[in-house]
Amino acid sequence: MKKDWNRRKSAAVLFSACAFVLCAVTAAGLLLSDYAMETDFTQKNLSPSLSHLFGTDWMGRDMLARTLTGLSLSIRIGLLTALVSCVLALLLGTAAATLGRRVDACISWCVDLFLGIPHILLVMLLSLAFGKGLAGVVAGVSLSHWPALARVVRAEVFQLRQAPYLLAAEKLGVSRFAVARRHLLPHLLAQFLTGLILQFPHAILHEASITFLGFGLSPEQPAVGIILSESMRYLTTGKWWLALFPGLSLVLVVLLFARMGERLRQMGNPASVHQ
Amino acid sequence: MEPILSVRNLSISFTQYTSKTRRHRLHVIDDLSLSIEAGQVVAVVGASGSGKSLLAHGILGILPYNAFLEGSIRYGGEALDQARAARLRGKEIVLVPQGVTYLDPLMKVGPQIRKGRRGKPLLDRCRAVLARYGLGPEVEDAYPFALSGGMARRVLISTAVIESPRLIIADEPTPGLDAQAAGRIMGHFRELADGGAGVLLITHDLELALTVADRVAVLYAGQTVEEAPACAFAAGRLLHPYTKALYQALPQNGFIPIPGTQPYPGEIAQGCLFAPRCDRCRAQCKEASIPYRAVSSGYVRCLTAEEEETA
Amino acid sequence: MTLEAKQVSFGYAGQGQERVLRQVSLTIRPGERVGLSAPSGRGKTTLCKLLAGYERPDSGQIHLGGKPLASFRGFCPVQMIWQHPETALDPLLRLGETLREAGPVEQRLLDALHISPAWLSRYPGELSGGELQRFCIARVLRPGLRFLLCDEITAMLDLITQAQIWRFLMEEADRRRLGLLIVSHNRQLLKALCTRVEQLEK
Repeated sequence: MKKDWNRRKSAAVLFSACAFVLCAVTAAGLLLSDYAMETDFTQKNLSPSLSHLFGTDWMGRDMLARTLTGLSLSIRIGLLTALVSCVLALLLGTAAATLGRRVDACISWCVDLFLGIPHILLVMLLSLAFGKGLAGVVAGVSLSHWPALARVVRAEVFQLRQAPYLLAAEKLGVSRFAVARRHLLPHLLAQFLTGLILQFPHAILHEASITFLGFGLSPEQPAVGIILSESMRYLTTGKWWLALFPGLSLVLVVLLFARMGERLRQMGNPASVHQ
Repeated sequence: MEPILSVRNLSISFTQYTSKTRRHRLHVIDDLSLSIEAGQVVAVVGASGSGKSLLAHGILGILPYNAFLEGSIRYGGEALDQARAARLRGKEIVLVPQGVTYLDPLMKVGPQIRKGRRGKPLLDRCRAVLARYGLGPEVEDAYPFALSGGMARRVLISTAVIESPRLIIADEPTPGLDAQAAGRIMGHFRELADGGAGVLLITHDLELALTVADRVAVLYAGQTVEEAPACAFAAGRLLHPYTKALYQALPQNGFIPIPGTQPYPGEIAQGCLFAPRCDRCRAQCKEASIPYRAVSSGYVRCLTAEEEETA
Repeated sequence: MTLEAKQVSFGYAGQGQERVLRQVSLTIRPGERVGLSAPSGRGKTTLCKLLAGYERPDSGQIHLGGKPLASFRGFCPVQMIWQHPETALDPLLRLGETLREAGPVEQRLLDALHISPAWLSRYPGELSGGELQRFCIARVLRPGLRFLLCDEITAMLDLITQAQIWRFLMEEADRRRLGLLIVSHNRQLLKALCTRVEQLEK
């Protein structure tokens, strides 16, 4: 048994463990969302104890429940935005590489434009333009994260289009659609999946940061960014637990995703595929 | 005389994933022996998948991470381990690789041949080497994509030869070259050998190998099946049925194909690996592994070699 | 139906006025096996790509049976087999799928090319060049094929595989009166195979 242990098995275990933790957090957050809103002024400003592991805030709300709800919301928003931006990247990247020089110039110009503006500023601007709140955050994060991946996809498609096996398939009379489905998509799928998972922590962090700065979700929502920005006001009075635990949990979730993406990339990389 | 390079009972295996998470060991080279003396050109001839390139990579110590090497490789009378190979490769032991993909696409040819070093003497030497291979000084300023397949091959050879090596390993140096250019390159390997270096010429082109090699070792499915002097081919003094089949498959020697294909590592568990394609195969050939034994002119791995000789 | 290159010239983008091919003409008739030999860098592969329609000439025409080659839709009657089979097969697709890509392939061809049924479920990375080349040949030998351009197709293969492949292709070409263009550096090979040999002049 011991001898059989190898990199892929450990990767699979790590992968499922990460996925399990993230799913558990998401589910717990959903279940606890009502409890997280409950105020109890007899229990306010308690430091962490066994009954309130993360302590309570100035309205007597349980910080563990608030943190979990916040993370759950972040993960769902992260999943949605990462998915939207990756699909956008796939479509625009492929379009740039296949629909001729004009389309390419146009899309490449957009990519350069988006990459040229400081990221956080761009997310803020987009969020503002879409009226802040949930819609603003989703639009802001998903519309700002596609350019990097789109560029990768574009380069990849350009290269694939010159591949002899693709040219040969066209000459054999295989339809353009079938060629794209059979020879383009599978090659892009690995890029897409890895991009998706690596985009995830980014999306979560940006969602949290613009919410923290006040350009994102509204204060009633128990988002991690809201929790953190509110806690800032109480930090000076010694309520360290209000910021520390939610902050740490956020970092942990982001790290889990990053680790998952990294492992996935390694397993797909031909240079280390048999390790 | 002590050979420059001696390889004894070399075996190279890989750990590979057979399914999503199951891993096992695959023997790709299995019992390969060979030696090269100073001043000799030894050709290793075999089909793709017979383990030719791996032999080169094994000697240079540049096998991939999942490879495992057994047996002995000795260079200049001392064991050639990973560390020593790393010290010597690129200086005393050089590789002439297969094609243009081994050149850095973003670096001009000149600096690449000089390995980034500068200096007037080196520059002159570089010019001289290029000129020897029929390439003008303008090639130094070209990027690899602008080279034709044949030119790239000559650039790769120049890159190796500029170091005055003692052992040259040429891994398929000629495909893509026209007969004249290929002949000239072969001539240069001969020259290098006559100058005292040992040349290991790895190729599938038996015809070309015969024009310069002193001895030819034939590889089949990861084993050396015969080692014979080059003159034995034309004289019809070949002992192994595979070697004979190779020679008769040349367009000018009858163009006769034998049926079947080379087996995969692990496909034939026992006995002679050539047995399914052999017309001299007997029951005993399939029982145990066949020893690689010395005969008057070289080595052979065949139980029925003698009857062929007397017949 | 003949395949004709009329005064074609071609240069790759980015090489300025430098032309790989200048005013090259070549005619291949059905049943003919034309050998083409020239020093490296003279554009033999480029000529094959033009004749098969992979590239368009800068000037001059490629005609098949009197009509421009570009006017043929679907399966192209002129097919090219590449020197490096590993680049001509999709690495992520099982060989069986690649083979059936443009429709079913006759079992007779698979047998004649010694393609083992076990190979069909493998990926290109798992087979040797000689085995892959057999797939490249099997997939182009469709009923609509008229001309086959062989660009150094056995230069990377061992002698026995080379002899197997050419024996098979010669029979097949004779039987179906295919026109063959055989590019090779190997004079002996061309001598054994071709009805005439052309040189590509500078």
